Amino acid sequence: MPINYYIFLAITLFCIGVAGVLTRRNAIVIFMCVELMLNAVNLLLVAFSKMHHLALKAANPNAGIDGQLFVFFIMVVAAAEVSVGLAIIAMMYRNTHSVDVNFLNRLKH
Amino acid sequence: MSKLVYLVPLFPLAGFLLNGLLRKNLSKSLTGIIGSGVILASFIVSLLIFFDVKKDGFQPVVLSLFDFIHAGGLVIPFAFQVDQLSVLFMLIITGVGFLIHVYSTSYMHEESALHFARYFSFLNLFVFSMLLLVLGANYVIMFIGWEGVGLCSYLLIGYWFKNVDYGNAAKKAFIMNRIGDLGFLIAVFWMISQFGSVTFAEVFTKSPNTSHTILTGITLLLFVGATGKSAQIPLYTWLPDAMAGPTPVSALIHAATMVTAGIYMIARSNIMYTLSPVTQTVVAITGLATAILAATIAIKQNDIKKVLAYSTVSQLGYMFLGLGVGAYTGAVFHVMTHAFFKALLFLGAGSVIHAMHNEQDIRKMGGLKKYLPVTHITFLLACFAIAGIPPFSGFFSKDEILAAAYEKNPVYYIIGVAGAMLTAFYMFRLYATTFLGPFRGTSQQKHALHESPSAITFPLVILAILSVVGGFVGIPHIILPDAHILEQFLSPIFAASVKIQEAHVVHAGTEWMLMLVSSGLALIAVVYAWNRYSRQPELGEVQGMGKALASKWYVDEFYDVLIVRPLNALARFLNNVIEKSVIDWIVNGVGKMVQYGSRQIRLLQSGQVGGYVLLMVISLVILFVIQLFLRKM
Repeated sequence: MPINYYIFLAITLFCIGVAGVLTRRNAIVIFMCVELMLNAVNLLLVAFSKMHHLALKAANPNAGIDGQLFVFFIMVVAAAEVSVGLAIIAMMYRNTHSVDVNFLNRLKH
Repeated sequence: MSKLVYLVPLFPLAGFLLNGLLRKNLSKSLTGIIGSGVILASFIVSLLIFFDVKKDGFQPVVLSLFDFIHAGGLVIPFAFQVDQLSVLFMLIITGVGFLIHVYSTSYMHEESALHFARYFSFLNLFVFSMLLLVLGANYVIMFIGWEGVGLCSYLLIGYWFKNVDYGNAAKKAFIMNRIGDLGFLIAVFWMISQFGSVTFAEVFTKSPNTSHTILTGITLLLFVGATGKSAQIPLYTWLPDAMAGPTPVSALIHAATMVTAGIYMIARSNIMYTLSPVTQTVVAITGLATAILAATIAIKQNDIKKVLAYSTVSQLGYMFLGLGVGAYTGAVFHVMTHAFFKALLFLGAGSVIHAMHNEQDIRKMGGLKKYLPVTHITFLLACFAIAGIPPFSGFFSKDEILAAAYEKNPVYYIIGVAGAMLTAFYMFRLYATTFLGPFRGTSQQKHALHESPSAITFPLVILAILSVVGGFVGIPHIILPDAHILEQFLSPIFAASVKIQEAHVVHAGTEWMLMLVSSGLALIAVVYAWNRYSRQPELGEVQGMGKALASKWYVDEFYDVLIVRPLNALARFLNNVIEKSVIDWIVNGVGKMVQYGSRQIRLLQSGQVGGYVLLMVISLVILFVIQLFLRKM
């Protein structure tokens, strides 16, 4: 499949994720959108890795592995980030009994 | 010995520093000893240098201490020049200065120790500056001294600083001096651009080859400086006001030394002036006009010091007349004799003022002859000297100038003699009103009248002796051939000028007649004034023409309208309009802008996390776009 299709798809997913982070009020939904952004990037990495593999298959049977390796790193980071983030949301809930981010405006002071 | 000339200004400088820095800790007697002692030391060194200079075949010695200014090709060394002219002035300054310092120890004894020390430190600083002026080997060092004496004049006139009027008089003196200094400075710049140097030797050797117009310009500008410093028209009005200072200050600065700085400068630059006949005419006419103007004002003044002040302005006019007609030796001779008798007159006036407990109005004096014998005799001798009665010193010097003036143009002589008559008249009016007739003060003052202590009378006696015999160094040829010691002494200084000027071809007969006419007329004025004022002093208010004279021809008022008021109006305009509306508006505007900006930026800090994230995203997009376009380019 032409690489453009993958790029468009990944951009679309990323923009949806950004829009969600900026617009939604629910903290958990914002989180999900962050995950969406990360996954869009993963998709793009894998697609490019396959593209490079197909192009360089003759010279080196292991070409294009780097993209997929990096996806593992991103997944690990995403997992760690989720655990920390959910812990913060839990604390947030305990303090304000809601997961609405608009209530977190004390940084102003 | 000439190599030690740097000691001469160094002693007064040390005196200034000692008395100035330690003024809180020194007793009055110690202050007086330090102050007077350093001047005596300078006088002794000057005397030794004089004996050196007097020897036959003496060549001018230039002692260069260090390079004061070194800018590209221009080198101005801090150098002293020892020659006949500078050593003569050194002797006058330190000699008369020493006598005045001794006088001051008694005159100023009512001051507290702190202010007494301040007085002496300023006086020493003045002598230091004046010595720099006359010893400098180039115009820049002269200018340093020139400015220094102007400063000390300000400091000393305004010595009793708590009196606002005295402070204003001090400011007036300094500001008028500075106006003249502008002329001097421009002349120095012109000299640098024209000759590449300001050293006397170089400037004087290059002058004969310079264009006429340039020399005229330079000399005219230098003369402007001289009018400020030596109180000629139009910058003379500060001198009468300067009488606000203590009387010894008036004697030293405004009679014997500072005001002669202009004459020294022109005498030093004589070659340039001889080569610029236009400037010489200007100098002569200005001097003559000033002499007459001041003399007319003096005949109606009632403050003893003001009469002497106008007399100083008038005598300075005569000196400039002498310089303007090429009688350089005569002018310097008059400087010397004038230093003696004018200092004597001022110190005598101080003695009178002291005895009368600070009364200065001569209408309230009279008959002091009995009570102040020494002051009386010395004052009388000085009056004879200034009136130009032979054989006193003033006769010889004034006559030399008048004879030279006659040769240049008989009109100069006629007006000069008229001025000399007026001089004799007002001086003896002053003498008679003060010392003769009945005493017109209060009986309280009468009981307190006593002759001043020896610290005051001793300088009076010394100066009286000098006023009487001081003229004999300048006996003219027709009386005694080859007896003009001063002319022979100063001949190397004026040799170049004398060569260019036409030789004096006056008939002996004419010269005798000139002398007889001037001394005769002066004697008539003396007798007339003596008789009139000892019998009937002018006690009432002045009327008619006398009013104009007593009001100094309204010159101060004229300057006020012409210059002072417009300047004040300009300053007020600049303050109210430009300063307040424009500059403050800009400065405050900047402040307001910063405040407005920060208020707007503060709104970014909403505390809302969503807003921050939005900003992050936007900046990311912008960076991305920039990257894209940078790559493209």
